Amino acid sequence: MIEIRNLTKIYDGTAAVDDVSLTVEKGQIAALVGTSGSGKTTLLRMINRLVEPTHGQVLIDGEDTQDIAPHLLRRRIGYAIQGHGLFPHHSVARNIGTVPKLLGWKPEAIRARVDELLELFQLDPAAFRDRMPQELSGGQQQRVGVARALAARPDLLLMDEPFGALDPVIRAKAQHDLRDIQRQLGTTLILVTHDMEEAVTLGDRIAVMDKGRLVQYAPPAEVLTAPATPFVRDLVGQAERPFRLLSLTPASAVARAGQADGAPIPRTASLRDALAECLWSGRDAVPVEGGGIVTLAALRAEAAPTARAAE
Amino acid sequence: MRLDRPGLLFALIGLAGLILPFAEFKPNRILAGEGATLAAALPLGVALLFALAAMFAMGVFRLPAILRLTAALAALLAVLLAIGAAARHLTPEGDTLARVSPASGFWLLLLALVLMLADAVARLRPGLMLRGLLLAGAVAAAWFLLASGALDQVSTLREYSVRREVFLREARAHLLLAFGSLGLALLVGLPIGMLLYGARRLRGPVLSVLNILQTIPSLALFGIMIPIFSWIAATVPGAAQAGVSGIGVFPALVALFLYSLLPVVSNTLTGLDGVSPSTRDAAMGLGLTRPQLLGWVLIPLALPVLLAAVRIVLVQNIGLAVIAGLIGGGGFGTFVFQGLNQTAMDLVLLGALPTIALTLVAGIAMDLVVEGTARRRQEA
Amino acid sequence: MTGRLLLAAALLFLLAFLASPHSFAGLFQPLIRPNQPAIYTQTPLWSLTLSHLTLVALAVSASTLVALILAVLVTRPAGREFLPLARTITAVGQTLPPVAVLALAVPVMGFGAGPTLVALFLYGLLPVFENALAGLTRQPAQVAEAARGMGLTARQRLWQVDLPLALPVILTGMRLTAVISLGTATIGSTVAARTLGEVIIAGLLSSNTAFVLQGGMVVGIIAILIHQTFQTLERMAARRIGLG
Repeated sequence: MIEIRNLTKIYDGTAAVDDVSLTVEKGQIAALVGTSGSGKTTLLRMINRLVEPTHGQVLIDGEDTQDIAPHLLRRRIGYAIQGHGLFPHHSVARNIGTVPKLLGWKPEAIRARVDELLELFQLDPAAFRDRMPQELSGGQQQRVGVARALAARPDLLLMDEPFGALDPVIRAKAQHDLRDIQRQLGTTLILVTHDMEEAVTLGDRIAVMDKGRLVQYAPPAEVLTAPATPFVRDLVGQAERPFRLLSLTPASAVARAGQADGAPIPRTASLRDALAECLWSGRDAVPVEGGGIVTLAALRAEAAPTARAAE
Repeated sequence: MRLDRPGLLFALIGLAGLILPFAEFKPNRILAGEGATLAAALPLGVALLFALAAMFAMGVFRLPAILRLTAALAALLAVLLAIGAAARHLTPEGDTLARVSPASGFWLLLLALVLMLADAVARLRPGLMLRGLLLAGAVAAAWFLLASGALDQVSTLREYSVRREVFLREARAHLLLAFGSLGLALLVGLPIGMLLYGARRLRGPVLSVLNILQTIPSLALFGIMIPIFSWIAATVPGAAQAGVSGIGVFPALVALFLYSLLPVVSNTLTGLDGVSPSTRDAAMGLGLTRPQLLGWVLIPLALPVLLAAVRIVLVQNIGLAVIAGLIGGGGFGTFVFQGLNQTAMDLVLLGALPTIALTLVAGIAMDLVVEGTARRRQEA
Repeated sequence: MTGRLLLAAALLFLLAFLASPHSFAGLFQPLIRPNQPAIYTQTPLWSLTLSHLTLVALAVSASTLVALILAVLVTRPAGREFLPLARTITAVGQTLPPVAVLALAVPVMGFGAGPTLVALFLYGLLPVFENALAGLTRQPAQVAEAARGMGLTARQRLWQVDLPLALPVILTGMRLTAVISLGTATIGSTVAARTLGEVIIAGLLSSNTAFVLQGGMVVGIIAILIHQTFQTLERMAARRIGLG
C-alpha cells in the first residue's frame, strides 16, 4: 500500500505539486492524469525520490521513504519511462538484469529471471537476449523497458507515459498486455498519462491533477459520470464520455436472456465493442459468447447513467 | 558569505605569483638574470602587493560577476603598469645593455587575472554586442598601453625598439601569409565544395586526399615547397621575374593554402548538406534554376557554417605562419626562431606574443561574426 | 577494403624503410644535388622515430588522463562552478598556436624534450577535454533518468553509463590530440628535442630535399595510420552504443 501524505514541491516559490494526499491499495493501478505542467510527473518522481519533496511524506507499506537511502529505495521500486531509456551500450539481457545485478543476485539467477521476463513479454529469449536495444522495434524496446522495471520483482511500479512513443495499434496491445501482467504479478502500479482514454482503460482509480493540486481521485466510472470540477469535465471530453463509460463494462455484465442473430461477441468484449457491432451490422441486439444478448436499449441505459438517475 | 571555488583557485595561483620573482634583471640580453619580488622591483611595490593580495582574497567570496570583472580589469592594468615601472626602476641609469624581463611571478599573476577575467565574463553571459565592445575595448587598451611608452623599458619592447622597421615588415608578411592563404583557399575551396555537393561519388576520394594533406607535418610541407618553387622559378619562363623563388613568401603561402583546403571544402559540404530537403524542394518547386538555388537559398543558409570555416582557417594559419620563419618565408616566426637560436627569450616573445594576440583577436572576432549570422538565420 | 589494403601497404613500406633506409636510397637520388647524401645518417631513423613516438605517446596519455579527470570533475555537482570557466579556457586555448606554446615553454623548461613534452601535453588537453565534456553533458536525457530511477549511485552512473556512452567522442578527442602532437613534435627539434623534425631541419639547413621528404614522409605515414586506427576504434565504440 502506498500512502502519499500532504506531498508538496515548491520550485522558485511556485508549487509544482500542492499538498497532495492519496492512497493506492496493494495490487491496484492508479492513473495520474492531467495536462502538461499539472505536476503529475513531479508527483510520481517524488515517490522514488528523483525529486525531493519540499514537505510531506510517502509511506510504502507503512515505511517512510525518507528513512531509506534514495538509491536503495529506487532499487526496490520499478521505474519505466516514455521512450524506455534503455542503455544503448548494453544488450537486452544486461539491460533487464541491471537492478538484480545492483542487488547482488547470482549470475544464474539473473539469467533465469531475464528469460522468464522475456517469455512473459512474448519475446523469445534465445532470439532477444543478446540483441542490442537499437536492433529492436519501438514496441519491443518498450516491452524490454517495462521488463527491466519489473526485473527485481518490485512491489511497486512507477510508469511515466510508458506508451507515449508508440503508435496507436501497438499502444492498445501494450496496454492490454500490461494490464494482464500486472494482474498476474499483483504489482501495485502508479502510472502517469495525459491520455484520459489510457487512464480509463488501465486505472482502478484515476487521480486528476490540475495546477499542482489533486482535484479528483475516484474510480473511472465516477470520474466520467460525476466530474468534480469543470476542468475534469473538459478533460473527460463531453463527446467521448458515453463511449468511455461503455468501455469500462464487459458485455457479460449486462447480458440478459434473449435471442439475437449473427456472430456472438466475446464475453470480455466491452459494451463499446458491443455498440460498435450493433451499429455496424445494423442489429438491435448482439449475442454474447456463452449465452445472453446485449440490446441497444441496455447500451443506452449504461451510456447515460445520469439521465437514468434524473428520471 | 559563501565560498567561491574558482575564486579560491585564482587566489592560490595569484598568491604563488605574489611570492615568486616579479621581474628579472639581466646584465645583457643573453646572460642569466636575477629575480626581484614585487616588493623589491618597484617603488610602492609593497602597497601594490597588499592591494593585489586583498583583491584575490575578496575573490574567494561569492560576489557579483560585474564586480569581479571590474576588479580583475583594474588589477590587470596595475600589474602591466607595474612591470613597466619595475623595468624603469631596475635598469641602471644610462645602461643600454641591461635588460629587465617579466619573471615567473608576473606570468602567474597574469594567468590568475586572465582566468578571473574569463570566469567573470563567462558568468556574465554577455550578449554579442557587449562581447564585441569588450573585445574592442581590450584591443584599444592594449594599443594605448603600448603607445604610451609605459612599458618601453621592458626587455621585449627593447628588442622591438631596436628593430622597429623589421618588426613592421614581418608583421605585414605574417598578415599577408595568413589572409592571403585564406583568400586562396576560399577562391578554390568553395567551388570544390559546391561541385562535391552535386557529385556524391567524388566526395570520398577528394576528402581523403585533403585529409592526408592535413596530416603531413607542417614543417615537412613547408620544406617540400622549397624545391618545388625553386624548380618552377628555374623552368617556367617569367616566373623568376615575377618574384617566384624557392625561398620567400610563395612556398609558405602555398603550404598554408593546402592546409586550409580541408576545412573550407568540408564545411562548404556540411553547410550545404545542412539545408533541409524541404526548403530545397520548395525552392525548386518555385522554379529556381540551379545557380539561383545556390545563390538565393543554399549559400545564404549555409553562411554560418562557411564563416565557421573562415574562423578555423584564420586561426590555424596565423599560428602555422610562424613556421614560415624557418624557411625564410618571413612573419613573426622569424623572431621566434632567431630567438631560439640565440637563446634570447625576449626575441622569442617578440614573435610569440603578437602571434598569440592575433589568433585570440581573430578567433574571438570570428566567433562573434559566426554567432551573429547564425542567430539572424534563426530569427529569419 | 581498398582503403585497408592501402593502409597495410603503407605500414609495410614504413617498417621496411625504417629497418633499412639505404635500400630506398634510389628513391631519393633524383632529389639531391651531387655529393649530397640521399639518406639521413646522423642518427638512425628508427631511433628518431622511436623517440618521436615515445614523446607523443607520453604526452597523449598524460593529457588524456588529466583531461578526463578534469572533465569528470567539472560535470559533477561539486565542480560545476568551474564549468563556465573550463569552457572558456578550452575555447580560447585551442586558438593558441602550438608553435607559440612550444616557444613559450622554453624559458621555463630549458631546451630539450622537456618543453616539447609540456607543450604537447598542454595543447593535447584541450581536444580531449572538450570532447569528453561534450560526451558527458550530451547524454540522452532518458538514459540518465532511467539510470537514476533504477537506483544506480553517482559513481555507478559514471562508470557504467556516462563514460561508456561518451567513449566514441573521447576517442575522437584523443585522435585529434595524437595527430596534432605528432606534427607539433617535429617542431620540437628546433628546441633540441630528439624527434623526426631533426631530419627535416637538417634538410632545410643543408638544402637537402631528400632529408625533408623522408622526415615528412615517415611522420605523415604514422599520422595517417594513427588517424585511421582511431577512426576504426571510434566506429567500433559507436556501434557498441548503437550509434554506428
